[in-house]
Amino acid sequence: MSRRIAPALPERSTDPRRSISLTVNGETVTREISTRLLLSDFLRHELRLTGTHVGCEHGVCGCCTVMIDGVAGRSCLTLAVQADGASIRTIEGLAADDGTLHPVQQAFRECHALQCGFCTPGFVMAITSHFEESKSVDLSEEGIREMLSGNLCRCTGYQNIVAAVRRAAELMGRS
Amino acid sequence: MKPPLFEYIRAETIEQAVGARATHEYSAVLAGGQSLLPTLNFRLARPEAVIDIGRIAALQGTAVQGQEIIVRAMARQRAVERDDAIFAANPLIRETLGHVAHAIVRNRGTIVGSISHADAAAELPALLLATGGAVIARGPKGERRIEADAFFQFHMTTTLKPDEIAIEVRIPTLPARTGWAFMEFTRRHGDYALAGVCALLTLGADGRISAARLAGCGIASRPVRLGAAEGALIGQAPGVTSFAAAGRAAREAVTAADDRQASKAFRRHLLDQLVVRALNLAAERATGAPS
Repeated sequence: MSRRIAPALPERSTDPRRSISLTVNGETVTREISTRLLLSDFLRHELRLTGTHVGCEHGVCGCCTVMIDGVAGRSCLTLAVQADGASIRTIEGLAADDGTLHPVQQAFRECHALQCGFCTPGFVMAITSHFEESKSVDLSEEGIREMLSGNLCRCTGYQNIVAAVRRAAELMGRS
Repeated sequence: MKPPLFEYIRAETIEQAVGARATHEYSAVLAGGQSLLPTLNFRLARPEAVIDIGRIAALQGTAVQGQEIIVRAMARQRAVERDDAIFAANPLIRETLGHVAHAIVRNRGTIVGSISHADAAAELPALLLATGGAVIARGPKGERRIEADAFFQFHMTTTLKPDEIAIEVRIPTLPARTGWAFMEFTRRHGDYALAGVCALLTLGADGRISAARLAGCGIASRPVRLGAAEGALIGQAPGVTSFAAAGRAAREAVTAADDRQASKAFRRHLLDQLVVRALNLAAERATGAPS
């Protein structure tokens, strides 16, 4: 995992800066950053963790969803400085080090729950956090649609994503 | 689509935050950021300073105290929604929160933040109006209580002064023999409402309506009390006739002009029907409510 986080580059911006320390996928990172940098851009540009995607940048599409202290949140609606001291999980932190997919990822693959894949990291993080933070997950059609309502997919008809949530529940023994 | 330049101030205490408000002519308060960050990203707002109150210990959490629920500035919407003590004290809060954006936005968004942002179509300002709550503001001269009826002035404009911070909202607990309901009509789940209604209906010992409080969102330049509808209900027996009259009376409250989402006539129809449905549900719940 440590190989994937990029080293700090020399900075040319004259923005006010602040040093932040946080844990990203289990690894502690300290960087001096512009105070107006979004968490999504911090992950993508500073750490080169480009699995977190940026779609709308105003909280509607859900592509940038990551886990902040164990709870899903929009990284485009969070300043990186707000995440100082936090523990962040991104899509890069889900699969095991040996490449074994997380059950939600495995379910997406089995159910063909993606086409272009742009929205997929956000969906996978949102679904994973729902399973992790809720004791019981409502696996009715309506319950799953409600779970997915904060994420937009423009390729599929959501059918396979709904199927993937059910399959993920099976794989995790939650169904 | 990136925030403009601003001075970032991380306040450790309420006093520091209020001090920073006083020394900057145009500052914005950052709590959950779910309203502020989009306005920064779109550059609709260009504050000279952003005051982050997220780490202030005194602003965390909620409390039920006597007849009031205290929601502090950093209490996240999702946490309040899941709080069983708050549900027991006033179930309308959970019902309304369920319509605010999506769970992932509610994970970070705050109730006080949404109310201070005061979007005319947002659900929580209507909740504060319908319940007769208040905002507690802290400024350089101390604290003051602003009743909901005196708080919302215009779309995204409140009577909060530029050097004040909303540190709490107070929401009354549910009165006895009172039913509640929140209903809205949206194009897509999680969108702002084309029209929404928050209703509280109290039945007297004689079975007639002894009190009614209704507020609407998405229908005017600010959230509004539906006073005419309330007037049509008091003293009446709950049922088809009185509820239909209240729905008709509510129509006039729609002042929003036609937009690409809905015409004024359609919004009036929506509000009318939402009032009727919300009252039906509230009346049903009032019958089963503890007296």
